[in-house]
Amino acid sequence: MGKGTIKVVADRCKSCGYCIKFCPKGVLAIGKNVNAKGYEYVEPVNMDDCIACAICGRICPDGAIEVYKN
Amino acid sequence: MELIYSRTKTIQEDKVSGFCPGCMHSTVIKLIGEVIEELDVVDKSVLITGIGCCGLHMDYIAYDTITAPHGRACAVATGMKKASPDSLIFTYQGDGDFASIGLAESVSAANRGGNFTVIFINNGIYGMTGGQMAPTTLLGMKASTAPKGRIAEEHGYPMHMSEILDKLTAPAYIERTSCNNPQNVMKTKKAITKAFKNQLEGKGFSMVEIVTSCPTNWGLDPMKSLEFIEEKMLPEYPLGVIRDTIG
Amino acid sequence: MARVLMKGCEAIAEAAVRAGCRFFAGYPITPQNEIPEYFARRLPEVGGNFVQGESEVASINMVYGAAAAGARAMTSSSSPGIALKSEGISYCAAARIPIVYCNVARGGPGVGAIQPAQQDYFEATKAAGNGGFRMLVYAPSTVQEAVDMTYRAFDDADRDRNPVLILADGVIGTMMEPVELPEMKSEEEVKAIQDSKKDWACIGHKLDYANRAWIQPGQWDTVKMQQWNEDAYEMYKTWKPEVEIYQVEDAEVVMTAYGISARICKSVVDILRAEGKKVGLIRPITVSPFPYDAYDAINYDICKTVLDVEMSIPPQFIADVDRGIHHRAEIETCLCSGGNIMSRDAVIEAVNKLLAK
Repeated sequence: MGKGTIKVVADRCKSCGYCIKFCPKGVLAIGKNVNAKGYEYVEPVNMDDCIACAICGRICPDGAIEVYKN
Repeated sequence: MELIYSRTKTIQEDKVSGFCPGCMHSTVIKLIGEVIEELDVVDKSVLITGIGCCGLHMDYIAYDTITAPHGRACAVATGMKKASPDSLIFTYQGDGDFASIGLAESVSAANRGGNFTVIFINNGIYGMTGGQMAPTTLLGMKASTAPKGRIAEEHGYPMHMSEILDKLTAPAYIERTSCNNPQNVMKTKKAITKAFKNQLEGKGFSMVEIVTSCPTNWGLDPMKSLEFIEEKMLPEYPLGVIRDTIG
Repeated sequence: MARVLMKGCEAIAEAAVRAGCRFFAGYPITPQNEIPEYFARRLPEVGGNFVQGESEVASINMVYGAAAAGARAMTSSSSPGIALKSEGISYCAAARIPIVYCNVARGGPGVGAIQPAQQDYFEATKAAGNGGFRMLVYAPSTVQEAVDMTYRAFDDADRDRNPVLILADGVIGTMMEPVELPEMKSEEEVKAIQDSKKDWACIGHKLDYANRAWIQPGQWDTVKMQQWNEDAYEMYKTWKPEVEIYQVEDAEVVMTAYGISARICKSVVDILRAEGKKVGLIRPITVSPFPYDAYDAINYDICKTVLDVEMSIPPQFIADVDRGIHHRAEIETCLCSGGNIMSRDAVIEAVNKLLAK
């Protein structure tokens, strides 16, 4: 288990990809599932590497990402 | 597990912002909310929105808000602050609103040094109406009303509102920031915090100009629009503190 | 209470202060400059605020802001300046923000003439801004009336959460008359009025999604927008028109006029009655809502012609008069315009001509 845990509030995500671009550890990726607005929302794919820096949360325009410290 | 970051409570829990993917209006509204929460002034806060995309968040924020006629937000703020001096009053305006139709209201309010805050969103284009040319549109940048791109001889040059207002004597604090990367997001939050604190301490007029994107009307995906900010917008609109009489 | 000699504009401003007005923003334009000038001196004495706006547009929006924070607030201007304010007035109506404003009307259209006129009737009563909203519009014919109307206009505005217009003219604004000023509201009363608006005023509220102040000068949702218009319409229908019916019962010629023209007509009634001539006057005190039913007071068996007297060419007030008379009599006009004040002799001549028919 990594240092951090990411929870994506799926319906807020608009698939812009900012969190993916700026995550220093490559924790996030666009997923295959679609949310209520029709966006393929972001999902953690490599949670073990998460360092709980919360950059993803801060860069996300829509506040779709909750970050927890383990 | 300890929650270390989540969306501000000043955005209604069940609401999703109406902005396009990658639009930094959402980012700024989130930051404003975080600052309001951290300063513990939710019960004093009044947001005066302009007309345009800048008003799209009025139904999902959780604090007081009023819509001003297009361009008149600074005049509305002037009256409101006089009538309710203890409230934290800030306008939230796009470039068409603040720098075009509202130029007289914006400059005059800054010149009076009104003790309120302007959050000015500069994305170089009219968003809601569909990508028309703004005073801030870059030279050569295409717009639906400048199909060949902005031409200096015909349309003049991009307007630098922060620098224009810096020529006045009264303003207390003017900073230009962006939200194109995590560092700039944090700097924007710091600038908003400072601007709000100035008002709470009665220091006078503060403005934060935030260079943002409009992926939809720029015709770029959100990632490409980040590059456009870096490569095109920021050389024209350099970031930093433009004026600080407070220190 | 003692009577004081005051200029119309200043008396209007003092009446507003006494009604609890604590914010005024305006822009210079003749013939109403004494209103902002008076407020600039007077408001600081009572803890209020005066701002000279950079334009009429800015001024009305400052008033919109102050009133949206709960203060009793006012602006004034004259015809071309009022046109500039129409955007903000429409926003106040749409956002249900109570404000009072005064048009010290002058000649028009365009920059017009700086002298008195009644050329803004349609604008004042039918379309003071976009969107088909309605307002209470008072038409004073004396300085005393202007004072009394201004004073009560703030109560009307607060009751309805709607703009109220004092439709004066350059004569009312610039002449001096003895007036009895209304009682000054105490600081406690003024504060209580402002506090009574706390629920909806934009002043900041505790974090509670349902109970924040959200002032919207429009609706995104078509169903809500229609509902808004229906609600406003119901509110407009609660208004009672006010009118002065003067010596009409046995009149063979009835004049009808509002504001300063009506005052001139009233003196004509007295002069001609002294000569034994049967003439009367119908004077709307509110021109919106318009007292259409007042024209039922005319005995159409003996009165075959009504004389519409107004300082507007082409006539405008006549459109409402026409609806009130509803084909029961002919309507003749006695008009002047361009900043020329209605001459009593011209009215007398016009009435005598009709009496001789």
